[in-house]
Amino acid sequence: MILKILKRVVSYLLVLLGLSVFVFILVRVMPGDTARLALGPRAPEETVQALRREMHLDKSIPVQYYYWLKGILQGDLGTSVISKRPITEDIAFYLPATVELALLSAIFMATFGILLGVTATKYSEKWPDAIIRVLSYLGIVAPAFLWAVLAMLLFAYLIPILPVSGRISAGIAPPVTRTGLYIVDYLLQGNFAGAWDAFRHLVMPAIVLSFGGISQSARICRASMVSNMEKPYAAAERAYGIPENKILYKYLLKPSLNSFISVTALDIAMLFGGAYLVESIFNYPGLSRYGLTAMLNKDVFAVSAVMLVDGVIVIGFNLVTDIIISFLDPRIRYSSST
Amino acid sequence: METHIKEQDNRVVDVKNLFISFRTFKGYTKVLNGVNLHVRRKEKIAIVGETGCGKTTTVYAIAQILAKQARVDGGEIFFKGRDSLRMNEKELKQLRASGISVIFQDPIASLNPVFTIGDQMAEVIRYSGIEGARDPRVQRERTVAALRETSLPDPERLMENYPFQLSGGMRQRICIAMSLATPRDLVIADEPTTNLDVTIQDQVLKILRQRVEEKQSALILITHSLGVAREVADRIYVMYAGNMVETAGAEELFRECLHPYSRGLMSCIPKLSGGGIASGIPGHLPSYYAPPPGCRFEPRCPHAMPRCKQAMPPMYEAAPGHCVACYLYERGTSA
Amino acid sequence: MESCPNKIDISQVDVSRIPRRNAGENIRKLWYKFSLNRVSVVGLALILLIAAAAIFYRSIVPYPEHIGAMVDFKNACMPPSWQHLCGTDQAGRDILSRIIYAFRGALTMGVVAILAILPLGGVLGLVAGYWNGRFVSNLIMRVADVFLSLPTLILVMCVSSIMTPSTRNAMLAISISWWPWYTRLVYGIVTSTRNEVYIRSAEVLGANVWHILLKEILPNALGPILTKMTLDFGVAILAGATLSFVGMGEQPPAPSLGAMVSAGVGYLPDQWWMAVFPALAIMLIVLGFNLLGDGIGDMLSDAE
Repeated sequence: MILKILKRVVSYLLVLLGLSVFVFILVRVMPGDTARLALGPRAPEETVQALRREMHLDKSIPVQYYYWLKGILQGDLGTSVISKRPITEDIAFYLPATVELALLSAIFMATFGILLGVTATKYSEKWPDAIIRVLSYLGIVAPAFLWAVLAMLLFAYLIPILPVSGRISAGIAPPVTRTGLYIVDYLLQGNFAGAWDAFRHLVMPAIVLSFGGISQSARICRASMVSNMEKPYAAAERAYGIPENKILYKYLLKPSLNSFISVTALDIAMLFGGAYLVESIFNYPGLSRYGLTAMLNKDVFAVSAVMLVDGVIVIGFNLVTDIIISFLDPRIRYSSST
Repeated sequence: METHIKEQDNRVVDVKNLFISFRTFKGYTKVLNGVNLHVRRKEKIAIVGETGCGKTTTVYAIAQILAKQARVDGGEIFFKGRDSLRMNEKELKQLRASGISVIFQDPIASLNPVFTIGDQMAEVIRYSGIEGARDPRVQRERTVAALRETSLPDPERLMENYPFQLSGGMRQRICIAMSLATPRDLVIADEPTTNLDVTIQDQVLKILRQRVEEKQSALILITHSLGVAREVADRIYVMYAGNMVETAGAEELFRECLHPYSRGLMSCIPKLSGGGIASGIPGHLPSYYAPPPGCRFEPRCPHAMPRCKQAMPPMYEAAPGHCVACYLYERGTSA
Repeated sequence: MESCPNKIDISQVDVSRIPRRNAGENIRKLWYKFSLNRVSVVGLALILLIAAAAIFYRSIVPYPEHIGAMVDFKNACMPPSWQHLCGTDQAGRDILSRIIYAFRGALTMGVVAILAILPLGGVLGLVAGYWNGRFVSNLIMRVADVFLSLPTLILVMCVSSIMTPSTRNAMLAISISWWPWYTRLVYGIVTSTRNEVYIRSAEVLGANVWHILLKEILPNALGPILTKMTLDFGVAILAGATLSFVGMGEQPPAPSLGAMVSAGVGYLPDQWWMAVFPALAIMLIVLGFNLLGDGIGDMLSDAE
């Protein structure tokens, strides 16, 4: 079991290495002179030349990659052309905001996905199932940015009960940074009003971001539960008089969790893609907004850094999912030990 | 109504003229075509027939676990004198908790793959309505006892196992143990040995029979093998394409079977005395979408008569307790 | 065994009497299963309608000249009316006309980009699955893993941010980001059917590798590929709309749905029609592909 996980870790590390090569090549293909871009059009040619040397842009591509990777391993991701700060600092500042947003979205996805999926199974082919199906289609057919725009319209103009911009209200001091997650940091300080304010700012983007994922999870949950319902063991459990709700939430849900978790985990990983737009629209100071700005301004080092971080998050997520699934399913848990 | 209950005094299950159809992509398939069947207290019966003849549908209807696509078109199913097709939720719960238990054909799929044997058995006992069913200690004791009585070795360790860690034969014995862990009026076993190794089929059947007798339950065994039926059952129903075509005591049926279909089945049993490979019955089951209006066996029957095409023959009592649905026996067994 | 009385002389078997699968009947049966689900028929109708509108836009569009760079400030920001069913935009152009034209871009971005990459992704999956465990297979699958370790939308945006923004480059970005999904799908199916008896017996009989891959294994994958492809048309259209929303897709003055929404957002909530109708158009086309894909999935699954 542990050996298996270790093997997974090694293969994921390889993928990570591959990702670094891929990202490197991708940004090198970007047209434009990075050094010139960094210094602006009016900088003297010698200065640009000097910067080029400093950034090793005058060397061959493999050598460049070597220096770049070496820098990363030492925690140096280069300097952002836009913010003029070390990218490591930028990431340290923006990443926690995105993680907080993603965590809340993930919680929404898992809970609502299961709730809606089980309800749809329970009333399959009846009206609650139909309503859930329509809802889940809505989540799938519209991209996150559309829901973001819609939510803005709704909460900024029509029923202004939730804030639609930023992480905290103006005039409220940010918490002392411990975890970087504002809600947690406020709570650690005992500042409940602050935590509530941060939560209110987070709710709307998180719902918008998780909407598509909730739909997918609910659908997969329903699909795999309905197919398990046709297995003889479900008929047996029913024949033995075990209450319907217990069959649903215990005996059908658990064997169905495998596919639910793998799909939901994928959706959560994919959520970082949608976050690029949602964070921008809600003006939420997270890493994804930072990444999108970098892309639009061709800030190559920042783009590659953000992509790497995203890749690390997704790969880490896959690893966690593998571990959770193997713990939940005895068939996998015992397969190497017996 | 009252007279009916009195008349059926000893009958645990009494199926009357049951019609069931299934919705499919081509329309409705008329699977059960007026099935009549009864089981008395402590009686062991077997339903014998080809795959697809409606055996499973019949018993699923009795156990009230039919699939959603199934539609009951007519008939009644009395369980201890009460029509289970018209039972309310509470009565159904009672029926399931202590009335009927089912052993399925596929021991791999009939145990939940992600819970231990102990957990699953405890849950069954918990909802069986016996005294102290909610007490984990009682559940455990009962589980251990039930496993031991099914001659499964080392019950305590077995309870910690997951189904996939056990062999098919062991799983089927666990299903038997589960179905008889608490008292039941009726046990339904749907081809319990079909998916097992030939070498352990006998053993499992023996345990099933023994346990049903000890617990004084009635048994409905579904099988496509007359040999298996004879080994276990007191009385045998032969089923063909949604109809019961013949019923008789097991020994009586083997002494003299009457319906042309039963005869065909009988000749399929290989005999040690030689005679080559069994001849089989030519033809195949009729289409359930548009079944023949008369006797459903008529297209394959060597003795078919013109009237067989027109109407389904009723049951004729050829000898005491020996009934057959065939016009050949309209005037007794002299045919 | 030698004295078996029921020996069959194979040369005497009349092959013509063995019932054959009838292709026509199979199609009718599939269509029947498909049409059972009315919702998927609606999806198919929706897609056909949109495709027809996109192809014959010239004869449908009420104001053909409004598609390009035209300004008519007298009629700017008009609400929906009989003249302009979906209202007009900030330059006074008919929004309905622009939406119909934008369907062309959306369809090409989604459908053509996926169709173009499908053969490559599929063949790589076949090869990786058939030679599973060999170096080629590992190489292909690890490269696919690298691509899949980034959320597809991020990859699409990153690739297109490298290039000059245009419809063609947006399609290229979608194609580059999408192939590993098909490789992984086909790989999974091939490895699971690889050891089936009929594949083994084909090998024993000395069948050519390509015959095995294309005639024996590939048919197993067609159903899942078709289903995923139809659903992906919708997802890719969403990705394309997202690209044009941030300005990386089709460039003005040519209309694209994402860019129209993006332009309309600034006029919310008073001139709501400028953002809402293009948004609805996106949802409609993606909904069509989703309903259709689900219908195809149900049709091909053996849930009968």
